[in-house]
Amino acid sequence: MSTTPIQRSVDEATRGPVRPRLLFDPWLLLAAIGLVACSAITLKGATRTLVPNSPYYFVERQIGFAVVGLVLMFLIARFDYSRLREFKYGLYGLLIGLNVLVLGFGSVSHGSKRWIPLPFFNLQPSEFGKVLLVLVLAAFVVDRSRYLGNRDTTARVMLLALAAAALVIIQPDLGTGLVYVAVAMAVLFVAGAPGRHLGGLIGLFAVAIVLVLVAAPAVGIHPLHQYQVDRLTGFINPSHDPSQSSYHVNQSLIAIGSGQKTGRGVQHATQTGLRFLPEQRTDFIFAAVGETYGFAGAAVVLSLYALLIWRTLRIITLAKNLFGALIAGGILAMLLWQVFVNVGMTIGIMPITGVPLPLMSYGGASVFTTFLALGLLQSIHVQGRIAQGSKGRSLVLS
Amino acid sequence: MIPSNDDRRTPITPQMAMRVAILGGVAFALFGIVFFRLWFLQVLSGDQYLAQASSNRTRSVVIQAPRGQVSDRNGRPLVENRRAVAVMVTPSRLPKDKAKRHADLVRLSAVLGLSTKPARCTSGARDLRDTTPRIDLECRIDIAVYQLPYADVTAKGDVSRAVYGYLAERQQQFPGVSIQDVFLRSYPYGSIGAQLFGTVGQVSAADLRSPHYRGVKGGSVVGKTGLEYSYDQYLRGVNGAQRIQVNANGRATGAQQTVAPKAGNDLRLSIDLGLQKAGQQALATGIQLANGNGNPADAGAFVALDPRNGQVLGMGSAPSFDPNTIPKLTRAQYAAKFQSKAGGSPQVDRATDGLYPVGSTFKVVTAAAAMAAGKISPGTPYNDSGSFRLGAQVRHNSGNASYGTVTMHDAFRFSVDTYFYALGANLNVDPMRNPNGGALQLWARQFGFGKTPAVDLPTSTSGTVPSPRWRNDRNRLQAECVADLHKSQRDRKYRRRFKGLCAYADGSNRMWSAGDNVSLAVGQGDFLATPLQMAVAYAAIENGGRVVKPHIGMRVTDARGGIVTSVAGGSVRTLSIPNLPAIQDGLHAAASEQGGTSSDVWQGFPSQYQVYGKTGTAQHTNQPDQSWYVCYIPDPVRPIVIAVTIERGGFGAQAAAPAARLIASQWFGVKKVVKAGTSHTL
Repeated sequence: MSTTPIQRSVDEATRGPVRPRLLFDPWLLLAAIGLVACSAITLKGATRTLVPNSPYYFVERQIGFAVVGLVLMFLIARFDYSRLREFKYGLYGLLIGLNVLVLGFGSVSHGSKRWIPLPFFNLQPSEFGKVLLVLVLAAFVVDRSRYLGNRDTTARVMLLALAAAALVIIQPDLGTGLVYVAVAMAVLFVAGAPGRHLGGLIGLFAVAIVLVLVAAPAVGIHPLHQYQVDRLTGFINPSHDPSQSSYHVNQSLIAIGSGQKTGRGVQHATQTGLRFLPEQRTDFIFAAVGETYGFAGAAVVLSLYALLIWRTLRIITLAKNLFGALIAGGILAMLLWQVFVNVGMTIGIMPITGVPLPLMSYGGASVFTTFLALGLLQSIHVQGRIAQGSKGRSLVLS
Repeated sequence: MIPSNDDRRTPITPQMAMRVAILGGVAFALFGIVFFRLWFLQVLSGDQYLAQASSNRTRSVVIQAPRGQVSDRNGRPLVENRRAVAVMVTPSRLPKDKAKRHADLVRLSAVLGLSTKPARCTSGARDLRDTTPRIDLECRIDIAVYQLPYADVTAKGDVSRAVYGYLAERQQQFPGVSIQDVFLRSYPYGSIGAQLFGTVGQVSAADLRSPHYRGVKGGSVVGKTGLEYSYDQYLRGVNGAQRIQVNANGRATGAQQTVAPKAGNDLRLSIDLGLQKAGQQALATGIQLANGNGNPADAGAFVALDPRNGQVLGMGSAPSFDPNTIPKLTRAQYAAKFQSKAGGSPQVDRATDGLYPVGSTFKVVTAAAAMAAGKISPGTPYNDSGSFRLGAQVRHNSGNASYGTVTMHDAFRFSVDTYFYALGANLNVDPMRNPNGGALQLWARQFGFGKTPAVDLPTSTSGTVPSPRWRNDRNRLQAECVADLHKSQRDRKYRRRFKGLCAYADGSNRMWSAGDNVSLAVGQGDFLATPLQMAVAYAAIENGGRVVKPHIGMRVTDARGGIVTSVAGGSVRTLSIPNLPAIQDGLHAAASEQGGTSSDVWQGFPSQYQVYGKTGTAQHTNQPDQSWYVCYIPDPVRPIVIAVTIERGGFGAQAAAPAARLIASQWFGVKKVVKAGTSHTL
């Protein structure tokens, strides 16, 4: 591998006294730290009265999660991600195993079983599973990269993803389940699966949605909980029933809209301050940003996400191998999907699903998972840079 | 390491570049959608959403539980609830800027008709550190925040529709001001029984620590005085909570998670509304009679008891007030009306808290004590010369009358003072060996004097039964006070505080003497009692010696009429009064026989109702005599004890006795005739 001492000595020998180059991506790091800072600032305003006598309870905890996450990221960045390909069966087993375990031993919160209580934190397998799935699918696709045009490959990849997604959806956590599907599609796309396969899949999903939401209930079968149906359809007509399912969307819209250009400030953000805005430290934190800091604040947060996405795209191109590119592509889909679904939910253009906003939403599971993903991206970046260097050298040498 | 198949490919193929570009395009499009949507929401429609946000206020609102209704013994409502609109201020939501906050509160005060003149702001117990003058509302908010942070402050408890409309339409201009529907007490009969019911108000920080208000949440309305206080645990109910959405007009547009309030239980009193009304009317008549005689009477009290069980049938105090008007008063108006001397202290229930010398009405106790001590029997003759000499001191009968040889019968009939003076002197004991006094003090205490009656009102008025020990205590207190006063004369700050406050004794430092006992024998000297104590004592004379526990509450019922609790009367103790019939006979003679002190007052009263009554004329230093009358009518079905007193009303027969007749007439459904007596006895 390129990290061997021999390789390094070759580098030094050919280049002489090299200018120390950053192997990891500083912009990716900057975007992550910026988002954590935005999260802390928003949480400080939104949760200041939530825990009596400790206004910074959630801020402190969120920063703590982020610090642990950053350490995790740097640790992962030091290792070569390529080795993980060998463990794909073990990783997939872990993914399925944990999600089965949560159904048996999970603790119930808000009517769903999503967490496995551990001594130090609650493990949320569905969150952690996103990254596992990216790795597994990327590894699987790399193995079959010669048969990508085969319908068989596409079907197998989708089956792997859907099996995991199904386990997550019955927890029930529809939002995260759909992230799995998005990740699978992205991995296939980046790998270069034929367009007709992907088009066919999209068509299948459309038929499935019609079946689940319209056809099955019409014949008396209810595959989704009523609240899920309400949430999925509520965004289409939010003012239809202000106190019920679309209540959240309405409050979120009012919160964001009332923020106007520069926001209402922490003191006057009534939607947030009076707890009118639901789940304001987790799923609806973006609405709190919109109300408190206005379009300007929301634009800052979105710009940081844009930076994150841009760097991820760039890392796809920098990857030293297909595995890296596919991992980066899967992570890109994961991040982009979560940001769009979450922000879209708060601004009323997407249905309500419990998808956290990466690095902004309060919660250890989401923060750790995101930093895990960023660690992999950094690792791909580092490896790509090193490979580039060696390639450049080898060209000179040959 | 063996290079795997993918390691051989060039890192970026044109196809891969294309795919990345497509992904980038998708991401760009998604971000674009989000940005445009945000632009539309926040910049283009921001005003509209801001308006919605400010009207779309949701808060967890306490739904005040209506307090229970209070009704008379026949179920006629005396205290009800009415809905009103209160203007509340949430201190934490007022402008932070001092000047702006002041301007806002001045504006609000002007709208509410509150004083906008800055004045010194003191919080009673502890002064606020910042003593800059501020307007009334500011002062109250500052004190409230100091005492009970986070609670809303009632700016005004009962506002008109016009003010309600004005504020509702201008909610934006009054940040931190809200309008709430509240229940206020309403009193359909105005001033009738006003002192009994007492007041309700927001629970204070000190209240919350008291076991009496256990389980009450901050901000709740609780009974503060009177029956509202005594029966608060039954009357108050349980507040509900509601998360409501309110639009700009202050109207609820939606509600979630409602916990319904539980109304308080109802209280049935033993008070008879008709008798209560008649009693208060009788006081007015008594005051009028006294004024007609040139006595500057302006206050009085009456108590009507059922002597069998201590049920209070009527209890009133003059002057009275209409409690309906209180929520509308500003603080200054309230102070002027209720807290100044000139206002006549209408909120004081003189029946339970008025402490007076009782004059000759006390003589029943003296007679009982003397007979119990074996000093006399009913037939023991006493030769009245018109005066009684004790050492150098000579006391005369009222009007210097002389009655010759009298027994107990005539002593009561004519209210012969010398007879009782002699008993007083006879009952005096060695103050060194009996610091608590002799039989007279013992029996006075047995009848319930000198101790707070076990009444269901928050009163602590006990009165005074003077004894050698009591006199020594007072002398000591006086000496200490005077010493403090002398000390303070070196310190100008203290001099003002102590000035005129040393009134524990006359300062002569004299010891207990037989003269004290002589004065006590006729309810004078240092003896002090309330009209309620007198009624209880006479109830014991009527019922054969049972000292009853007077009570106004009869039972508590829930919404469905089921009995939650019944108030048991019972008695404190039962006295064995030797020759009780002789005392009763004397009282009967006084009210019915020729020459009896109140016989002319009862002239023409139906003979099936035999009246047993005693006049009293209590003498005060530096002010006109106080008119007293205590009587009972031992009807087998509806027995009643009536005690009436008219402050500065003159002789007992002139003002209090005619009032008592009016009350008795109401109770027995007899034509009301006002007959002022002519007896000039004390």
